[in-house]
Amino acid sequence: MHLGVSESMRECEYNQISTRSSTPMETPYKNRTPKKRKWESFPGRNKFYCNGRIMMAKQTGVFYLTLALILVTCGLFFTFDCPFLALQLTPVIPVIGGVLFLFVLGTLLRTSFSDPGVLPRANADEAADLERQIDVANGSTGYRPPPRTKEVVINGQTVKLKYCFTCKIFRPPRASHCSLCDNCVERFDHHCPWVGNCVGRRNYRFFYMFILSLSFLTIFIFSFVITHIILRSHRFGFLSALKDSPASVLEVVVCFFSVWSIVGLSGFHTYLISSNQTTNEDIKGSWSSKRGKDNYNPYSYGNIFTNCCAALCGPLPPSLIDRRGFVRSDAPQLAPPTNGITTYGATQSQQGHMCDQDHCIQGTKFVLQAAATPLLQQHSSEPVILTTCPENGGSMPGRGPLTLGGPCASLPLGQPTPPTSIPSLGCHEAADMLPIHGHGHSHNHSHPLQEPVAHHHFLTPEEVPSPPGMLPCGSPMGHNHAMQAGFYNPASQDSLHEDSVRGLVKLSFV
Amino acid sequence: IRPLQDLRQPAVSSKVFVQRDYNSGTISKFQTKFPSELESRLDKQQFEETIQTLNNLYAEAEKLGGKSYLEGCLACLTAYTIFLCMETHYEKVLKKISRYIKDQNEKIYAPRGLLLTDPIERGLRVVEITIFEDRSIGSGR
Repeated sequence: MHLGVSESMRECEYNQISTRSSTPMETPYKNRTPKKRKWESFPGRNKFYCNGRIMMAKQTGVFYLTLALILVTCGLFFTFDCPFLALQLTPVIPVIGGVLFLFVLGTLLRTSFSDPGVLPRANADEAADLERQIDVANGSTGYRPPPRTKEVVINGQTVKLKYCFTCKIFRPPRASHCSLCDNCVERFDHHCPWVGNCVGRRNYRFFYMFILSLSFLTIFIFSFVITHIILRSHRFGFLSALKDSPASVLEVVVCFFSVWSIVGLSGFHTYLISSNQTTNEDIKGSWSSKRGKDNYNPYSYGNIFTNCCAALCGPLPPSLIDRRGFVRSDAPQLAPPTNGITTYGATQSQQGHMCDQDHCIQGTKFVLQAAATPLLQQHSSEPVILTTCPENGGSMPGRGPLTLGGPCASLPLGQPTPPTSIPSLGCHEAADMLPIHGHGHSHNHSHPLQEPVAHHHFLTPEEVPSPPGMLPCGSPMGHNHAMQAGFYNPASQDSLHEDSVRGLVKLSFV
Repeated sequence: IRPLQDLRQPAVSSKVFVQRDYNSGTISKFQTKFPSELESRLDKQQFEETIQTLNNLYAEAEKLGGKSYLEGCLACLTAYTIFLCMETHYEKVLKKISRYIKDQNEKIYAPRGLLLTDPIERGLRVVEITIFEDRSIGSGR
């Protein structure tokens, strides 16, 4: 029922602006604020390289160590052992070694450099909406917000979805917030310092391929270096052999220690994949039968083969954080309740409409607002021409101008206006979302390769587990509190009490 | 030059967020519950149909089956370099979804003063529906 709507409203068809434009915007206003890419204002604690193509955690020291170990050991192998082995045994050895080495390197880099499945933080409108819903459901208690959880039944199992105070979203099942990277990651497995990144939905398969191939590589090198030394000592005597090939000793030592840990880790992850669990879930014993008779993993497909296929060969979702996209210069926020056009008076610059190529649908609104002011201002020839594609036939160069269909908005195209003075939402979001924490706390993963299982204990994500018995690995609850506490300043005081009031209030959604 | 009042520029009056439905697990699926704020603008059935179609499309993107396994294996064998020339099945479906949303906006939502935002723009967290102010307008054009 649009009784009051006149024809002109009806005729205002909005052509959808291309929402997935990925071409960089050309701006004639190069002298103005240069367009920033989204990675530059990314709220998490990640490092980006190659203009947003590469994404890693903040602490990358151990990654370089991993890289060095692999490169040095393989380098020594190819230089000192391979010539002998190729001659004495077969040249196939260096070839296989080479292939394995390249595969290891490839998967390592792929694991380290890719987005693990970071969930972008909610923007201001969404967060506000969610808060409103939560308040309504809770009946707006006093100062302290109660812990926020939602229960959902998946495949017969009740799963609790927790609200992330940092990202202002309810975390999807299996997602977890990595306190090192300060991001929520989908299907969070663990944060691996050895690869310098989180391991999550999008890079788990690469991680698994990495440790699997590394196991083969270490076993390969270990066995062939031993073979080399044995063959040599048959001819020249043991000590002489060692003297001739000192590098071999180093290789043996490195490989010996690596084999146990890496092979152990591969075995562990093979088990995880076949039962479709994450390290996180396994550590917490989420689906362990010890919890209850009826406790089972709702995500498992039932058989090992399907679980493996799904984890390794399933569809690879694209990255949800648009790292290389451009930050929209107009802030797509809700307009405050307005009395009318006059709110967007002459003082409001119509710069808002100069939205990015990047499509901002919300930019429509600004164009429209901007159209309100034009005739009063110098830039009267408001280019309120909204087209769906970035190109514009008019004098508006390559922007994402929007067209109101038909005769509705036919202000003549004219002098384009300078870019907005409205700060980009991206920056806003970053400022809003970034918790003010004083927690320089970082979980130390000093456990080296020796303990493949313990290896994974290093980062229990931020969640505060509900039943205290949840963490068999014994990460102290206090520890979690500390991590939790850092995230959201206003809630930080509350989070310490979160456990005690947890469970008292639950949201049940649809 | 027309008087200002002739020009209709709807302002955003509110936004509705359709949240994810996790009852079927981690797959991308949105709740089909009809938000009360849209009652005055849209048919319940229309809304449900849109969301259901979106859900089906996302299910298609994430489907496990022969085709996706083949793609996965092929990708692995070529050390994932194949994606330099080819886009993944998921990406193809995302494009399809984008077109569908555009189509829906043009046909159904825009005439009612609503605008659907592609969920991928929101990290697949929500389907954002922007409600524009429905002002009665004086003169036409």
